[in-house]
Amino acid sequence: MSVLVYTESDKGTFKKTALEVASYAKTVADQMGTTVTAITFNAEDTSILGNYGVDKVLKINNAQLEAFNANAYADVIAQAAKKEGSKVVVVSSSADSKYLAPLLAIDLDAGFASNVVEAPSSTSPFTVKRTAFTNKAFNMTAINTDVKLVAVSNNSFGLKENSGSATAEDFSPSIPELGVKVESVDKVTGQVTIADAEIVVSGGRGLKGPENWGMIEELASVLGAATACSKPVSDLGWRPHSEHVGQTGKPVAANLYIAIGISGAIQHLAGINASKVKVVINTDPEAPFFKAADYGIVGDAFVVVPKLIEKLKAFKAQQ
Amino acid sequence: MKILVCISHVPDTTSKINFTEGDTKFDTNGVQFVINPNDEFGLTRAMWFKEKQGATVEVINVGGPETEPTLRKALAIGADGAIRVNTAATDGFAVAQQIAKVVQDGGYDLVIAGRESIDYNGGMVPGMIAGILKANFVTNCISLEVDGTNATAIREIDGGKETVSTSLPLVIGGQKGLVQESDLRIPNMRGIMMARQKPLNVVEPMDANMETASVKFEKPAPKGAIKLIDPDNIDELINLLHNEAKVI
Repeated sequence: MSVLVYTESDKGTFKKTALEVASYAKTVADQMGTTVTAITFNAEDTSILGNYGVDKVLKINNAQLEAFNANAYADVIAQAAKKEGSKVVVVSSSADSKYLAPLLAIDLDAGFASNVVEAPSSTSPFTVKRTAFTNKAFNMTAINTDVKLVAVSNNSFGLKENSGSATAEDFSPSIPELGVKVESVDKVTGQVTIADAEIVVSGGRGLKGPENWGMIEELASVLGAATACSKPVSDLGWRPHSEHVGQTGKPVAANLYIAIGISGAIQHLAGINASKVKVVINTDPEAPFFKAADYGIVGDAFVVVPKLIEKLKAFKAQQ
Repeated sequence: MKILVCISHVPDTTSKINFTEGDTKFDTNGVQFVINPNDEFGLTRAMWFKEKQGATVEVINVGGPETEPTLRKALAIGADGAIRVNTAATDGFAVAQQIAKVVQDGGYDLVIAGRESIDYNGGMVPGMIAGILKANFVTNCISLEVDGTNATAIREIDGGKETVSTSLPLVIGGQKGLVQESDLRIPNMRGIMMARQKPLNVVEPMDANMETASVKFEKPAPKGAIKLIDPDNIDELINLLHNEAKVI
């Protein structure tokens, strides 16, 4: 009966989103009067999950599952859900979780709601609130199947600490054929990714050229933030497409989004408006971003950003 | 190679989003509908398969007669034929079931859908089609090459990209990168004239399960006015972000 949550890890370290979905699963389990079981792939130390409400961990250690494989991971999570008799399965909105979730829904005959931003308003009928129309609206969705699958939007629910501890159990599922094989991975390391970031610092065409990105990177580093860019910047090749945020780029749901030299085209805003607090720095007071943001500075980024970095460093030093 | 491109009929990005019937229905009044942007990248990539590798390309939509202009646009861009499954698109699973049935009956080798639609943003349909058909599946796909029955794809991951090898039958969740924005095609007069002659087959739906139901819509609370900060008073911004917004 327990709520099953897929907690993602990267080289054995749990991502923040994993702790967020564990917190979510704990809330659902409390509503339903049951426990939380987490499933982990090739993670040694799973004790941290207990601090976020997980009662039991099913640990999978399998060299075949070293690289993420959506089909195999979905199959294995489905096996775990069946073993636990889970009626609710919770995943995050990382690229990998979004990849495997529809496959998992089919494997479990589970109704699936994605981009969920709150705990269920009711567990019978099981009703969740999800974003729709690129964050211009919310949709209350009832899941009517016996087993329910929920993908929680990043940074929407937050972390809820719990003073419990999790027991660990080895789980040896059968591994299906891998129809898709990873040949190579090209990934920046040692940097916060947009998906995992609480703060995102984003630059637009107002920065005039790729040579001026140093201050964006420095500001991001002071804040522990990810860097991002607008579509024209990625189209011009100033920054890689993986940094492009907006409707056709990556979606951003950060706690704080800082837009520097970005006018705020509607397609850009559609991709970032799930972020909680937005700051805009732009020379043009008529830029549409000023209508979408919470805080704004009308000013030259080349003057404002270095000052902001300096002041933030002083602020951080005091903390 | 037989390719089926899934075309979602969605409100243009600039549309005002409103609801009717006690906030249970999307208000289509005055809304301009377009091909879902993520699907359009896939359609253009499919055109290249047609032109360079002799593939046939059909497009499909699950929806009422009101979606036909969107399918005709896809025909004008160059698809060989269109299929409309004549039923309302109620949820991702219902749509995936209908499309999977058409794929099975039509023996398609490659299905290209957008990674998500810009209206419901569920990101479910391509993966569910693959799940139902037990076909291979790659989503967030930014590059796709097919040679015989082998395929190589690049998928965007958090913080980078990943190259994968797989084989047909294959379902793709596509996005920008499959082709660039500058590669997208605007239908010309000849294309529009030819599209009128091309087949648009209306097929009746299979009995499908509804696993989820939309209860109602809500709009976010109106945003408060922006607080403007003097560029000479950056401390004020830091103070607001720390003490008021509590995000740093």
